[in-house]
Amino acid sequence: MSDIPHLWVADCPNCIGGRFFQSCFLSRFRFRSDRWFAMATFHTRSAARFMIAPSVVLLFAWMIVPLAMTIYFSLLNYNLLNPGMESFVGLLNYQYFLTDPAFFAALINTLVLVAGVLVITVVGGILFALLLDQPIYGQGIVRILVIAPFFVMPTVAALVWKNMFMNPVNGLFAYMAKAVGLQPIDWLATVPLFSVILIVAWQWLPFATLIMLTALQSLDEEQKEAAEMDGAGAISKFIYIILPHMARAITVVILIQTIFLLSVFAEILVTTNGGPGTQSTNLTYLVYAQALLQFDIGGASAGGIVAVVLANIVAIFLVRLVGKNLEA
Amino acid sequence: MLTLIFWEEDMTLRTLLLGACSAMAFAGMASAETLTIATVNNGDMIRMQKLTDDFKAKNPGIDLEWVTLEENVLRQKVTTDIATKGGQYDVLTIGTYEVPIWAKKGWLLPLDNLGANYDVDDLLPAIRSGISQDGKLYAAPFYGESSMVMYRKDLFDAAGLKMPDAPTWDFIADAAKKVTNKDKEIYGICLRGKAGWGENMAFLTAMSNSFGARWFDEQWKPQFDQPEWKDTLTFYVNLMKEAGPPGASSNGFNENLALFQTGKCGMWIDATVAASFVADPKQSQVADKVGFALAPDKGLGKRGNWLWAWNLAIPAGSQKTEAAEKFIAWATSKDYTNLVAEKEGWLNAPPGTRTSLYANADYQKAASFAKMTLDSINSADPTKPTVKPVPYVGVQFVAIPEFQGIGTAVGQQFSAALAGQISVDQALQSAQQLTTREMTKAGYIK
Amino acid sequence: MARKVTTQRKVIMTAIAWALGILIFFPILWTFLTSFKSEADAIASPPQFLFFHWTTENYSEVQSRSNYLSHFMNSVVISFGSTLIGLIIAIPAAWAMAFAPTKRTKDVLMWMLSTKMMPPVGALIPIYLMFRNSGLLDTRTGLVIVLTLINLPIIVWMLYTYFKEIPGEILEAARMDGASLVKEIVYVLTPMAVPGIASTLLLNIILAWNEAFWTLNLTASKAAPLTAFIASYSSPEGLFYAKLSAASTMAIAPILILGWFSQKQLVRGLTFGAVK
Repeated sequence: MSDIPHLWVADCPNCIGGRFFQSCFLSRFRFRSDRWFAMATFHTRSAARFMIAPSVVLLFAWMIVPLAMTIYFSLLNYNLLNPGMESFVGLLNYQYFLTDPAFFAALINTLVLVAGVLVITVVGGILFALLLDQPIYGQGIVRILVIAPFFVMPTVAALVWKNMFMNPVNGLFAYMAKAVGLQPIDWLATVPLFSVILIVAWQWLPFATLIMLTALQSLDEEQKEAAEMDGAGAISKFIYIILPHMARAITVVILIQTIFLLSVFAEILVTTNGGPGTQSTNLTYLVYAQALLQFDIGGASAGGIVAVVLANIVAIFLVRLVGKNLEA
Repeated sequence: MLTLIFWEEDMTLRTLLLGACSAMAFAGMASAETLTIATVNNGDMIRMQKLTDDFKAKNPGIDLEWVTLEENVLRQKVTTDIATKGGQYDVLTIGTYEVPIWAKKGWLLPLDNLGANYDVDDLLPAIRSGISQDGKLYAAPFYGESSMVMYRKDLFDAAGLKMPDAPTWDFIADAAKKVTNKDKEIYGICLRGKAGWGENMAFLTAMSNSFGARWFDEQWKPQFDQPEWKDTLTFYVNLMKEAGPPGASSNGFNENLALFQTGKCGMWIDATVAASFVADPKQSQVADKVGFALAPDKGLGKRGNWLWAWNLAIPAGSQKTEAAEKFIAWATSKDYTNLVAEKEGWLNAPPGTRTSLYANADYQKAASFAKMTLDSINSADPTKPTVKPVPYVGVQFVAIPEFQGIGTAVGQQFSAALAGQISVDQALQSAQQLTTREMTKAGYIK
Repeated sequence: MARKVTTQRKVIMTAIAWALGILIFFPILWTFLTSFKSEADAIASPPQFLFFHWTTENYSEVQSRSNYLSHFMNSVVISFGSTLIGLIIAIPAAWAMAFAPTKRTKDVLMWMLSTKMMPPVGALIPIYLMFRNSGLLDTRTGLVIVLTLINLPIIVWMLYTYFKEIPGEILEAARMDGASLVKEIVYVLTPMAVPGIASTLLLNIILAWNEAFWTLNLTASKAAPLTAFIASYSSPEGLFYAKLSAASTMAIAPILILGWFSQKQLVRGLTFGAVK
């Protein structure tokens, strides 16, 4: 305790030193026991900064260097197959990317894809978590069954769904439809984006379930029982006790999944190649088409920057919406 | 955490030193060179991988490291590597699309030193012209294909039809409709519909050649607004609507192969290599009922077949040219073909590259489709693919770097037209617009 | 104070849970079954479920064609390596953000996540060039570095969330008792956070194991992990479903087994918080 300075200053809030202390430090922290946190703060803050430093520095370097190079490339007319012929073209690449007729469709598809998968996985995750929280025989096995899809490589998952299930002639869904006398749906041609959403949601459902289950199982039994004794039914118990407790978990799921869903790519490449037309093209696929099909590095870099800007906008919007759940 | 990274670096350094020491120690015995070969994972290459012991026996001191990947991934990796001079691969597998482009840029080593036994003149002329520049060979072909018609003899007999050796498109359409029986899940014709420059566009471009269409005129202006392309696409969409399987717009080679092998297609126009699959009783339920014919035409002088070859090439500036040349010479020689025949039968000999293979009586006996394949390949001319003159080479593609992106985007439009989501006219209009846009951006159209 | 649950209710719940679980698991089960079919059976219609001719030819083909062990070792090294290094860097950072947050903490967190928002393909060439110049192409070191950096934001985030569940008073009490900062983290925080760290570890190992963009593009033969192994079985020409199924089964089996064994640890730890 001897390494904590200014203790006497904090003890006299009205003297000048005390007021300085208050305004500089206390106002920044929202802890329950302000006084003894204030004591610890000075020491902790510099230690804290030192501890965050490695991650921040590494991530900064990781982000800045490729970002700078990407911005640089986006201002060039750089086709990988014509190296040595780059010329500075300013914002021309951006102009081309944004006026690409596929751009707007890709943007909408990206948002629809993210929203669709989020809805399915959050709702499904909560339901599965509730189910797995119940006392059942063989809980361990069911848990692994539900979590398993997360372990499968996206490419393989997409191939299995495309060929084994969604093929309108040989696939399992077609077989089942024909067995009951219905016309098989041509999934990938008529509802391509929805098919992709299904495949991606199947892969991410385990992640959501796991996180939700974690949160659910940290809920007090006593709280639930107290509510029951007060006469609360299952539904109101769910809405007023369980759901708020899971708020942070839901937020984590939404935020982390959004990051990954914005750059869904393998599934689209394997199943529909962005088609028919541009119905299942998302921004990442559009950038891929520029980078690795046309080898237009300038255009792809511009596309990448646009995607980052848009993703940041989505993220800020999301955080505003659910970010408050992250505070204690 | 920093110490951990240093430790890893140390490991690399230590391994490097160890490696250097052992390399020097062995220098006296034999200089073991390792060739890293990037290749596509088709049946012929996989077979070659299994036969590497033969190469090692003939060339002690050269080790082979295989990187086998799916075609699209391979193309991306290899192109990225050679364009950035990454130097990761010593022998590359590239197609007849890349060879002209890369040879022009000077990225490939001309293959003059393949040995006295190589017999360059034995290579099929159509393929050879596609991979040479100024008379020099820039890549060595190990696999060649064209496209042709595969049909069900039993279904044709039942409908009272006889397939000529060189049918016309009108005959094909008529036959397809007669053979279709949707209640029994028999579709008259299965064709590619999946979007992609090497998927549906390979087929449609080849088909359009026979209709007299072309991708660009001599000033590089796209030609989708011309009547020939309209005829091609309308014919294709109507034919598939009447006689094609459901879900055709996501069917590529594999899907159609599965359909044909399970007896659901009356006809299938696709790569000649498919013949060996559909005629194989181990995989195909209709193996004994298949007949072959040349790809159809419209009487305008060009048939609707394409030309493709997988070739082995050496990046310019490679440090291992001698070893690489030895490998390439081994892999694409007549001896290699004999080796495969010995170990796995003539049916599995790599097709489509040498005249001598097709003159071989054993091969002709084992492969009923041999003559048709040879005729198909010989009738394709990558330097003059279309009826009207064009500024590009390539039968089912345009050998410019931008084609992959443009071809795929146009393929998406045509796939949507096949799925019935946009009309043929809309698809052609979109194709015209986007191609013009890209070609202007790339500087072809002034 | 366990609640009394009727056996009947338990049985009903079990039935529902098992049905849904199998439904979700079905595609994987199908892949596993297909790996034992011949190629012709794999595409047969109607689809064969159990009564087909079981064969192990696909597995022997995969074994003879590719070096499973080498790919497997690469996957293990890069997944575990990148996750462990990531944890070591992230734990102090997450601690700082959870227990000594500033006004900027949330911004820093969001910024960290935003580094993941660029489609990787847009930065492929810059990274490829950097790696080429520093000789890191086709090395495990290079891949570990890349995977650490792309997963670091996720690790920090998840740890942050778990740390926030831990009441600050316990740490303060330790400090009151004279513990230094390092002792506080190692002896007080870490044991309490083990469940959270464990689940973060597992999830990130899976993410690194399945990462299929950088692992494919930055490797050739020496450092290629299982993702490249699978990529060599997905062929556009010729039948491959049975072989791909065999390769996929071989690729996900290790992770499934890992998940099976570690789930007991996970769950035991994850009920922390309910036990006060």
